[in-house]
Amino acid sequence: MDCTFFTRKEILRLHGRYYEMAPNVVPMDYTKDPDVKLPMQLIINMPELKENPFKERIVSSFSEDGEGSLSFNDFVDMFSVLSEMAPRELKAIYAFKIYDFNTDNFICKADLEKTLNKLTREELTAEEITLVCEKVIEEADMDGDGKLGFADFENMISKAPDFLSTFHIRI
Amino acid sequence: MLCLENSDKLTWIQDDSKHVVNLRHGEGEDGTGIEFDGEVETDTESEEDEAKDKKTNKQRLRETGRASTLQSKKQEKDKEEKEEKEEDESKEEDNGSQQNRVSRRKNYQRKNRNGKKAREEGSQKKDRGKTAPNKDQKESENKEKKTTKRGKEGENKQKKGRKNSTSSASSNSSDEESLSEEELAMLKEQVEQKKKLISTMRNKPWRMVKKLSVLREAQDFVEKFEGALGKGKGKKLYAYKMMMAKKWVKFKRDFENFKTQCIPWEMKIKEVESHFGSSVASYFIFLRWMYGVNLVLFGLIFGLVIIPEVLMGMPYGSLPRKTVPRAEQATAMDFSVLWDFEGYIKYSALFYGYYNNQRTIGWLKYRLPMAYFMVGISVFGYSLMVVIRSMARNANESTADGDDNNFIFSWKMFTSWDYLIGNPETADNKFASITTSFKESIVDEQESNKDENIHLRRFLRVLANVLIICCLCGSGYLIYFVVKRSQTFSKMQNVGWYERNEVEIVMSLLGMFCPPLFETIAALENYHPRIGLKWQLGRIFALFLGNLYTFLLALMDDVNEKLAEEDVVKNITHWTLLGHHNSSAGNDSAVTPAPLDPADVPRGPCWETTVGIEFVRLTVSDILVTYITILVGDFIRACFVRFVNYCWCWDLEAGFPSYAEFDISGNVLGLVFNQGMIWMGSFYAPGLVGINVLRLLTSMYFQCWAVMSSNVPHARVFKASKSNNFYMGLLLLILFLSLLPVAYTIMSLPPSFDCGPFSGKKRMYDVIQETIELDFPLFVAKIFSYLANPGLIIPAILLMVLTIYYLNAVSKAYQRANAELKKKMQMQREEEKNKRNNKASTNPMLQDLEDLLTPSTKPESPPKQAEDKKTESPNGSSPARKPGRGEGLAGSPMAGGRGAAFTAPSPVFVTQPRTLGARAPYPGQPRPWGHPLGPVPGRGRGQPCYPRAAR
Repeated sequence: MDCTFFTRKEILRLHGRYYEMAPNVVPMDYTKDPDVKLPMQLIINMPELKENPFKERIVSSFSEDGEGSLSFNDFVDMFSVLSEMAPRELKAIYAFKIYDFNTDNFICKADLEKTLNKLTREELTAEEITLVCEKVIEEADMDGDGKLGFADFENMISKAPDFLSTFHIRI
Repeated sequence: MLCLENSDKLTWIQDDSKHVVNLRHGEGEDGTGIEFDGEVETDTESEEDEAKDKKTNKQRLRETGRASTLQSKKQEKDKEEKEEKEEDESKEEDNGSQQNRVSRRKNYQRKNRNGKKAREEGSQKKDRGKTAPNKDQKESENKEKKTTKRGKEGENKQKKGRKNSTSSASSNSSDEESLSEEELAMLKEQVEQKKKLISTMRNKPWRMVKKLSVLREAQDFVEKFEGALGKGKGKKLYAYKMMMAKKWVKFKRDFENFKTQCIPWEMKIKEVESHFGSSVASYFIFLRWMYGVNLVLFGLIFGLVIIPEVLMGMPYGSLPRKTVPRAEQATAMDFSVLWDFEGYIKYSALFYGYYNNQRTIGWLKYRLPMAYFMVGISVFGYSLMVVIRSMARNANESTADGDDNNFIFSWKMFTSWDYLIGNPETADNKFASITTSFKESIVDEQESNKDENIHLRRFLRVLANVLIICCLCGSGYLIYFVVKRSQTFSKMQNVGWYERNEVEIVMSLLGMFCPPLFETIAALENYHPRIGLKWQLGRIFALFLGNLYTFLLALMDDVNEKLAEEDVVKNITHWTLLGHHNSSAGNDSAVTPAPLDPADVPRGPCWETTVGIEFVRLTVSDILVTYITILVGDFIRACFVRFVNYCWCWDLEAGFPSYAEFDISGNVLGLVFNQGMIWMGSFYAPGLVGINVLRLLTSMYFQCWAVMSSNVPHARVFKASKSNNFYMGLLLLILFLSLLPVAYTIMSLPPSFDCGPFSGKKRMYDVIQETIELDFPLFVAKIFSYLANPGLIIPAILLMVLTIYYLNAVSKAYQRANAELKKKMQMQREEEKNKRNNKASTNPMLQDLEDLLTPSTKPESPPKQAEDKKTESPNGSSPARKPGRGEGLAGSPMAGGRGAAFTAPSPVFVTQPRTLGARAPYPGQPRPWGHPLGPVPGRGRGQPCYPRAAR
């Protein structure tokens, strides 16, 4: 319980949700320490995630094996970080992971382009995308290496007014 | 344990329950009189407890303390190692607090070691006490997942450990007298640290498994030694606090939701905004605001004037002014008559003429004329106050939000998606709104980046303004000329239809053709669309002022005519009444004369009602014209384009008619002028505000629907300025302009003699003097007469002017200071950026130079790669992910940043020596993918202080 921002009841409810997704795979009994994982396909079809353009990224950033399948631990972890009790720093760390599409610990232009395309459903023209990406890098890149490291990202996100309110899933 | 027996076997819960059980267990078994308080305990309290218990516990404490310090050393070391590893791995967890903790721990351990070594030599049995818990600890450390079995084991071990320690304590109690309080304090400190770790555990970005294991360790530790220190955890308090915090947050959230739900049409406007941009939405927000103001005015007028009159005033038909004249009675109910606001409507409480000049009405002794006058004034007072207040608030907001524009695009990119969205429709709207907002920002950005021929632009702008001023002057003269002509026409007999309606025709022609003309001319100026909109608004406003002028002029003519007529009628009425009286008196003096039927009394023209009717007519026709325009111009056009497009010879959607854009300037101005009409007319037609409320209400729905169904977004979606103060400014101007004629008529025209609440008085404002004289004590009247003295009023006005001047100067000074501060902040940010750049690049710069000097020496690259890793590692990249990163870089377009790196050396360059050696034998090679990378990486350093000015 000390590992998450949930109370016991909420964890039980979460487990209910987890169990619902695959009743025949997920056990109700964790005493034997089973190693159960649900694939990404099941998780991203949850109504909380379904409309999210970054759902695959969210799930795979929280999965331990990086493949996108979540054990219940990871599942709880995910919603704990996205809960509204989680502090800004923690959220920033995972937000960084989510937006770092190629997992190279930097948000580079390719990542930005992907993010932008997902956000706008590819309705911007190529020039506009390039312009926006350049502007983002110019704004947030403090160490001048042409991509956003975590320090850059955190610096930027810590000043954002509505990061906390938007990076948040209620379950 | 308790939970384990329940059906759910979730492990997080176990931890908690185990903790509690262990505490209880300790209480039961030890029997040494330690008080275990799972309850609320403040620090001071616990310290007192501790002091009490210290003596009885000392023996045991010493032992456990000793054991713990030893064992903790090991444990801490392990943990530190682990943590350090962790930090290297994920590089994100360098919390300042954690580091502090680690360093503090180290310090304590060092102290420990020094102080203890001397003492420890004597005792050998202690080894037993030392090893047992150690083993225990290790085992518990090794545990990864917890099962019921393990939980029990843990408990057992705990018991064993306790027993061990107590036995050893009894055996070598003689040696251990000198366990100092210092150690105790230290122990406490450690427990505190552990607790802190537990409480901050959830903030660590670790994987759950790791969290669990670390948590388990820490909890074991705390459990073990907390008992020794006689200190409860205050878990219940903590849980309670957490619960309350959650409840509070939920309440706040619900309240926010409730508040947003209470804002009318918020959803509609948001929907429009997400598809058409904030500029179109600003019109609807303005409309909503206007509706609110009108609702208040409506409440004021209806509550204080119309309803009292209807409830308590004399009923219809009791007085001449409340009765339809005999001649009109036949047609008074016809629709065509009613549509012109004649007949029964004219003689109803909706118009000025209906009201009686009785001082008080009804059993409440309600002073209706007084109320009428005061309401008429307070309508203006309230409107002025509201407009100015909202302008001031908007100005405040715009200055408050204006400073943090450093991360517009980044924030849009990373924080605009709301992760709460789970509804497909909302998601669609959100996608649309994000796209629009990006487009808005892009337009802004392009505007600020536009490199232009400044002289040509200036010339064009001056030219455009000259052209437009010519247009305005021309149309102004045209209006003047036409009005003059119409005055001569009105004196002539048998003029044709055209001559009679010439003014209207000219006005509507001007209104039809000038705005597009202005728009065409404005294209020359090439302003940002937001500024362009303001200019357009201002110009059309100036044009429409002509409209207003002719309307008022015609009205004044009418009024003067009516006033002249009135004098004649007054005599006739007088004589009629007198004659009637005389005749009846002459017939038989015994019977009181039968009163003349109110419908038969000849009456004056009542210019006030005429003016009121004129305004109502105008408003209604305006409403109709607006709606019909929307219906035909937008909806039918859209339908036509949409459905006829299948069988037409050119592409209607992309070609000539296409869909209409939402005409922001026209709609805003329509709203503003309409409001001006309401303000002017509401004094003479109290019902006008009710009509306007209806109009705004319907047009909210109607226009929202029309926009969503038949308009397309602007080609350049632009962001509205944060405050729609420009609209407010126009409104204020109109308010002022409409105040003038009303004030003039109130102050300097005599009211009609036989209609309205002020009939029989010389001027309308006499009603105030009358009230003061009759209803207030004498000294109030005196005070008022002093106050009305010009000797007092002029200085007061002077004082006000001076105050305004002073406040204006102060606000200017603040503005300047604000701008200065902003500049400083910007500079600081740049400096910081530069500093970081320089720090990171001093070494690489030298290397670059070297590299440039000897570009052909290939063997240099492998050692450099090694160095790269070194320089990178402080940045926090994990060695484990190195290959992945390399791949990412090679695949990413950033690898093409090399060209830029040469123009101004930067760390980017250092990260890619390998690709440089392999693919770029000479430095001037163009970028591989033709990626239009601006001067992004090198820019901050190249132009240290004036990044914005350099554009």
